[in-house]
Amino acid sequence: MSDHNYTPQSKFGKWFNDRLPLLTLANHLTDYPTPKNLNYWWTFGGILTFCLITQIVTGLVLAMHYIAHADMAFESVEHIMRDVNYGWLIRYIHANGASMFFLAVYIHIFRSLFYGSYKSPREIIWIIGIIIYLLMMAAAFLGYVLPWGQMSFWGATVITNLFSAIPLVGEGIVTWLWGGYSVDNPTLTRFFTLHYLIPFLILGLVVLHIWALHVPGNNNPIGIDIKKPSKDTVPFHPYIVIKDGFALLMFMIVFAFFVFYTPNILGHADNYIEANPLVTPAHIVPEWYLLPFYAILRSVPDKLLGVIAMLSAILILAALPWLDTSKIRSAVFRPLYKQFYWILVADVLILGYVGAMPAEGLYLLIARVATAYYFLHFLVVLPILGLKERTIPVPLSITEPILGGSPNLAAVKKKDSL
Amino acid sequence: MSEKKTNRRDFLFTATYAVGAVGVGATIWPMIDQMNPDASVKALASTEVDVSAVDPGKTITVLWRGKPVFIRRRTNDEIAEAKSVKMEELKHPEKDEDRAKNPEWLVMLGVCTHLGCVPLDQKGDYNGWFCPCHGSHYDISGRIRKGPAPTNMEIPKYEFVDNNTIKIG
Repeated sequence: MSDHNYTPQSKFGKWFNDRLPLLTLANHLTDYPTPKNLNYWWTFGGILTFCLITQIVTGLVLAMHYIAHADMAFESVEHIMRDVNYGWLIRYIHANGASMFFLAVYIHIFRSLFYGSYKSPREIIWIIGIIIYLLMMAAAFLGYVLPWGQMSFWGATVITNLFSAIPLVGEGIVTWLWGGYSVDNPTLTRFFTLHYLIPFLILGLVVLHIWALHVPGNNNPIGIDIKKPSKDTVPFHPYIVIKDGFALLMFMIVFAFFVFYTPNILGHADNYIEANPLVTPAHIVPEWYLLPFYAILRSVPDKLLGVIAMLSAILILAALPWLDTSKIRSAVFRPLYKQFYWILVADVLILGYVGAMPAEGLYLLIARVATAYYFLHFLVVLPILGLKERTIPVPLSITEPILGGSPNLAAVKKKDSL
Repeated sequence: MSEKKTNRRDFLFTATYAVGAVGVGATIWPMIDQMNPDASVKALASTEVDVSAVDPGKTITVLWRGKPVFIRRRTNDEIAEAKSVKMEELKHPEKDEDRAKNPEWLVMLGVCTHLGCVPLDQKGDYNGWFCPCHGSHYDISGRIRKGPAPTNMEIPKYEFVDNNTIKIG
């Protein structure tokens, strides 16, 4: 990295930088050599940073008006919607912002799966990412409880009861989580506290995520190691900043569409009914971004095994760098993996669909097949495929095939038609 | 190092770590225990219910410790059905006599043992209760017959104060 030699121009800048090298950091971030072939799938890191900051800022102002008490929470949310200046806007941004956050993170994760970004030397970046994803799910769940509607209450009941599946200590843990014998006011106040805490934990992990990224540098669509800096790289600023900025604008159009035109389409009507511990809504459905895991939970007929299957479905991702035995990163050069990749995408979408349907008959059968395939993909297909697959020859650099003289020209051409 | 004898400094290090660990544990425990049910929650231990208005074949639901309790006055047919079930057919074998001391009255927590939803009355394949969340079927004794729930619905501690009053808790 060139920034070790950086010296600020001004006298004051030099004086300051000698004492706290913030200018060196800024210089590193602007000059940071980035592969020149990054496509738009690489813009979601920036978009996710935007999502996190949006959630923190809107959450902060919502907390100025929200009251975390079982008797007042529901009314205080209605107060935000009706009385607080622009309260409706801030709350709709926060509620839809959670969905946008997950939309972006799923694209970000599936980009990594396609281009093999989780492979050596980027395993730590990947694992930190999985921890961030887990914290996001926790934050989203806790936040969904705060309006204290029917879905809030029963969602909280079902999710906390997952812990009762643990042998011996399960019931004690659930009582401890609740602070009582059912979900009630003590549960709400602690959920609010934790919901407030987690985004800042995520922020800290994002810093580590980016730090770990800046050690080996970005992966790229052809997944080869590149020399940095070289003809294969461009400085982060202005090239990537502009590209990320444009993608962010496009993303904000989608975001604004939901906020202004269909702010409740991703929510559930039952959450506009105040929590009632005597009546469970006819269909308890989690938010769309948790549906695939909910389908896995329900597809197993045993309580404890269902919970284990659901958790494993997430945690198995952390082992992915070692389950995928292929040395070739990008799916562009792995014809068979590319097909399995799309089957996995379809499998997760199917799981999401059946997760929203009642767990019976054909839906249950489909959920079971899709759950089995999900684990098969990671535990059987990936380890074997890496050893058996005949991959397409990989170019030596990004520029080589374009400037001619490469034996692998056909392979790179093929990539363009993707 | 291994040949070196244990000296005063090693002893002091070990003793310091040990005292430190006890101190950290003693500091963390109040932070953990504060989340357990507090005195005001524990104080709401029992509820008395007047059941004189409940007709045979009807269920009322009352709130006890924030949880629903089903009180069903069962018909003779229902009692006969509950008693006729063979133990081998049950996932969690319990005799109806052990669940309803007075067979006319079934008093149980209206909480599905799977993930805590409130089952619907007189629904499902066994004419008992059906949980809409994940499809557990219970019979007229509240015993699990089909679906993901691991155990029968729980019977709370209760007693008849007089003919018309049940004290739960």
